[in-house]
Amino acid sequence: MDISFNQVSYTYQPNTPFEHHALKDLSFTIPSGSFVAVVGHTGSGKSTLIQHLNGLLRPTAGKVQIGDYHLMANKKVTSIKSLRKHVGVVFQYPEHQLFEETIKKDIAFGPRNFNTPQAEIEKRIPEVMAAVNLPLAILERPPFDLSGGQMRRVAIAGVLAMDPSVLVLDEPTAGLDPKGQQQIMDMFYQLHQEKKLTTILVTHSMEDALRYADHMIILDHGSKYMEGRPVDIFKEKEKLQAVQLDLPEIIHFLRRIEERFGISIPYRKQTMAELATEIKTKLKGVSKHE
Amino acid sequence: MNNGILIGQYVPSDSFIHRLDPRTKIMTIFFFVIFVFFANSTLSYAWLTLFALTVTFATKIRFIFILKGLTPVWFLIVFTFLLHLFVTKEGTVLIEAFALKIYSGAIIQGVAISFRFFLLILVTSLLTLTTTPIEITDAIESLLHPLKKIKFPVHELALMMSISLRFIPTLMQETEKISKAQASRGVDFRTGPLKDRIQAVVPLLVPLFVSAFKRAEELAMAMEARGYQGGEGRTKLRELKMETIDIISLITFAVVILVLFFLRT
Ligand SMILES: Nc1ncnc2c1ncn2[C@@H]1O[C@H](COP(=O)(O)OP(=O)(O)OP(=O)(O)O)[C@@H](O)[C@H]1O
Ligand SMILES: [Mg+2]
Repeated sequence: MDISFNQVSYTYQPNTPFEHHALKDLSFTIPSGSFVAVVGHTGSGKSTLIQHLNGLLRPTAGKVQIGDYHLMANKKVTSIKSLRKHVGVVFQYPEHQLFEETIKKDIAFGPRNFNTPQAEIEKRIPEVMAAVNLPLAILERPPFDLSGGQMRRVAIAGVLAMDPSVLVLDEPTAGLDPKGQQQIMDMFYQLHQEKKLTTILVTHSMEDALRYADHMIILDHGSKYMEGRPVDIFKEKEKLQAVQLDLPEIIHFLRRIEERFGISIPYRKQTMAELATEIKTKLKGVSKHE
Repeated sequence: MNNGILIGQYVPSDSFIHRLDPRTKIMTIFFFVIFVFFANSTLSYAWLTLFALTVTFATKIRFIFILKGLTPVWFLIVFTFLLHLFVTKEGTVLIEAFALKIYSGAIIQGVAISFRFFLLILVTSLLTLTTTPIEITDAIESLLHPLKKIKFPVHELALMMSISLRFIPTLMQETEKISKAQASRGVDFRTGPLKDRIQAVVPLLVPLFVSAFKRAEELAMAMEARGYQGGEGRTKLRELKMETIDIISLITFAVVILVLFFLRT
């Protein structure tokens, strides 16, 4: 589903002393099938933005379009539930939403609400358990005596089981160990490619934005600050630092190499090993000419 | 979530009312609430209104905002007025329609009582608007201090109060977060038959209880780890202190009350 924001503004508690303009005149489009990273400083409006994607919030001005669904200030959406079926949202700390007696029931909760046939649910459960890398043996256990990381995986499985076509992720790996973070992000990326999902990822990790996203939106105080391909965005170090964002380590490293040896290596999602070989060959080339 | 509902909400500002010692404010309001019932003439009502409005404007909070915040209470005020209108049977009959007789005394009574009600709510809402919950708790602990002599657990009561107050916003945020998460998983809290809507509360309540218990346990451990062992010998970070401005305020209020008694008929 194509997604577009057209001059969207959102104000929390309008006409009170607590009035807060969380989004200001925001416009962008996300073509179906793209992987978009939304980044910005704490409080820049990222979570507010993504709550517009499944109609939890309606813009106070402007228009949000998700496929055939239109969200506007004064128009109630009648088909909000079918919109939510298509847009799966993994919130910050999703493990807080677990409540069923068993893991299996909790995963089935979403699809059941959307009237998915029981046979289909039974089929999806092992698939999503495999995707989040949890053993099927724990399905009948209550979700509350798992570790935090495992609970997170169960919660994610519960969203994936809805089989959404748009996947919205609000810092899905915050507070996990580094290896778990990588695993979960790789899993999302794989799903994104296999199922041709449209993925919107809110993240504080420039590394993740660079590695996974093909488009990036940077928010600052509720307004769009920059937008473009991550490789292009990360060329503008000073502009990023003005809003307290850093370059990913690898870009930083490649810049230093360029300054030091005068060889430029464009970033093409190389692995560490590939990069090392590339640097070696290029450096050898430089020294041979001398 | 809490759009527009103001009762119990603190609005920061730099007015002198905000800076007053919370005990001054609580005592003033306590006595105001009592003395409102002594007003019995137009003049005495006008005098108390003047006082209430002066204080309201001194808080520097937009008046329209305060009035809007009282919206849920308007219903009660109007209800009180109507009740008196139809029930009181004093004075001369003014209007007679169907089986109803409206007396002149009823109108006077109705206006007086509902106006009294309005003054009470306005002034008490000023307390919570200009005083943080923590200040209120500290003040209550300090004002109730004499009760310690009769083994009344003043400190424990104040601690319980401040912990509950501290966690109300957290709990509200949590409720909002979880209800959004469950709405995203297809729960419908707003429409559908009553039975479904009651069932929809389960996915909201269970996580709330789980996190509330977890939080309570963590808090208890954190308090113990930091050496909390009850109120005995515990000092305070925020010492309450009566300043000159508090004395002046209390004296002014006493004068207001004295004048009230002259204006009574
Ligand atoms: N329910 C609310 N009522 C009032 N203001 C709110 C509410 N929710 C968020 N805000 C304000 O809106 C602004 C944007 O919040 P938002 O949660 O979208 O930020 P964010 O970019 O997701 O931050 P973070 O990186 O910390 O998650 C913040 O300044 C916040 O204080
Ligand atoms: Mg956020």
